[in-house]
Amino acid sequence: MKELVCIVCPNGCRLQVSQKGEEFEVMGAKCPKGKEYAINEMTDPRRSIATTVRTIFKECPVLPVRTKGDIPKDKIFALMEIINKIVIDKKIKRGDVILPNVLDSGVDVIATSSMLQNGR
Amino acid sequence: MNRYDVVVIGGGPAGVAAADAADKQGASVFLIEREARLGGILKQCIHDGFGLIRFKEKLSGPEYVERYIDMLKETKVEYVTLTFVCDIQKIDEKYILSLVNRKGISQIEAKTIVLATGCRERTAKQVFIQGTRPAGVFTAGTAQYHVNILGKMPAKKCVILGSGDIGLIMARRLTLEGAEVEGVYEIKPSPSGLTRNIAQCLNDYDIPLYLSHTVTRVFGEDRLEAVEVAKVDEKMCPIKGTERVIKCDALILSVGLIPENEVADSLDIPLDWRTKGAIVDQTLMTMRDGIFSCGNALHVNDLVDYVSEGAEIAGENAALYSQKKRALIDIEIDNRFLYIVPQKIDINAPIDKIKVYFRSKDDLDDVNLSVYIDNRKFRTKRFSHLRPPEMESMLFNLANENLSEQSKIKFCIEDRK
Repeated sequence: MKELVCIVCPNGCRLQVSQKGEEFEVMGAKCPKGKEYAINEMTDPRRSIATTVRTIFKECPVLPVRTKGDIPKDKIFALMEIINKIVIDKKIKRGDVILPNVLDSGVDVIATSSMLQNGR
Repeated sequence: MNRYDVVVIGGGPAGVAAADAADKQGASVFLIEREARLGGILKQCIHDGFGLIRFKEKLSGPEYVERYIDMLKETKVEYVTLTFVCDIQKIDEKYILSLVNRKGISQIEAKTIVLATGCRERTAKQVFIQGTRPAGVFTAGTAQYHVNILGKMPAKKCVILGSGDIGLIMARRLTLEGAEVEGVYEIKPSPSGLTRNIAQCLNDYDIPLYLSHTVTRVFGEDRLEAVEVAKVDEKMCPIKGTERVIKCDALILSVGLIPENEVADSLDIPLDWRTKGAIVDQTLMTMRDGIFSCGNALHVNDLVDYVSEGAEIAGENAALYSQKKRALIDIEIDNRFLYIVPQKIDINAPIDKIKVYFRSKDDLDDVNLSVYIDNRKFRTKRFSHLRPPEMESMLFNLANENLSEQSKIKFCIEDRK
């Protein structure tokens, strides 16, 4: 049996997962999302990542971005390396895709602020 | 002099939501922000997890607050940035606010004021760390500003004191950007931050959490060179012989937040020693008629979704303010509560939808929250657990309870047996 803390929402349910053959039994989840999280955590752990990218704009030297979905946990630092090489030179807005399908994960990296357009 | 029904002080998530709600009620609204951009602290909270309740989505801080700012820009609300409130005077039933900005000093008149001034971090001076005064001792919020707004790394190798949520978030953030986080040290025997943040910010990156530990000294002349940590006993006193010196170039403090109430102080508004924010009734009006408080200025929230919700209550009631005399009764709590907001109920205002927010003082499992009216049990709600870092709320209707100014309302946390 493995003990996990669900990170899907602020409830932070304490989950107990045990494997029975191909199936997983999940205890302690207040909602179905917790069960899903526990099973993913045992088979294919994923996380969303939020960080910043550099820009050429003096008044906003960095722009916040995030993955629009979860990427495999073991690709987090590879993602950081890619993101830290990018320099934004256009006044993009919130929701614009910066990196489509990053690391073949099927997940896009998007801007999470329109500060370049609205000024600071 | 311009006159407004509602003047909102502070343009963070609370102020923006309050202004929006007041506008929806048809009030003329003016919002004052001292920074260059609206958005408050969420501008630098680039991590995701905001808005799960409000928007059913996992948004970053800027996304969450920019949605509200976009809504605000569709309203008639007027707002100014880079402007400070330097004085408030009550003249007859009106408030005169003196503002200062690059254009000079000006005055506006307000029927009501909403205080949405947020909170401040406790600093090194407030936790009494011994030693020299080198550069490299930051609050978690300052470190966050450096990384997420200025794009500059404040540390190569750091120690984090305190397990508040911003400290945990910064442990992960600095690790992602290539710094080494030696460990998080918490003086209390249990973490202050949300459980999920311990999991996703520390455990995911193998950052150790040392409970019942504190930083006892800092070393370094110009720049921090090392810190000394030690175990503490039940009275939180360092235990001799357990000291350890850790080389590092930054000490990051996440040792608590305190509501910002300088403006409230100047108006002589009574504060609650538990929340460090104003004492309010269910309309979030303070004990000064026409002055409302919301967001982290009222009490430090763990979720912005609750900040928005409370701010809407304050904004709406500020717009509807009628100068009717209040009839206030206290909400009493037993000693298992850390605090409850609101602290009073005005029975001359609507009492059919009263929402209380509270925290327990200790970790409690399987308890009932019971509400007594004049020693009669009025309502009970079961909680599988209550933890101080996790704020809980309860909505109830007192309209049919024949309340008078002599009524007693008491909240108790009881074990289920």
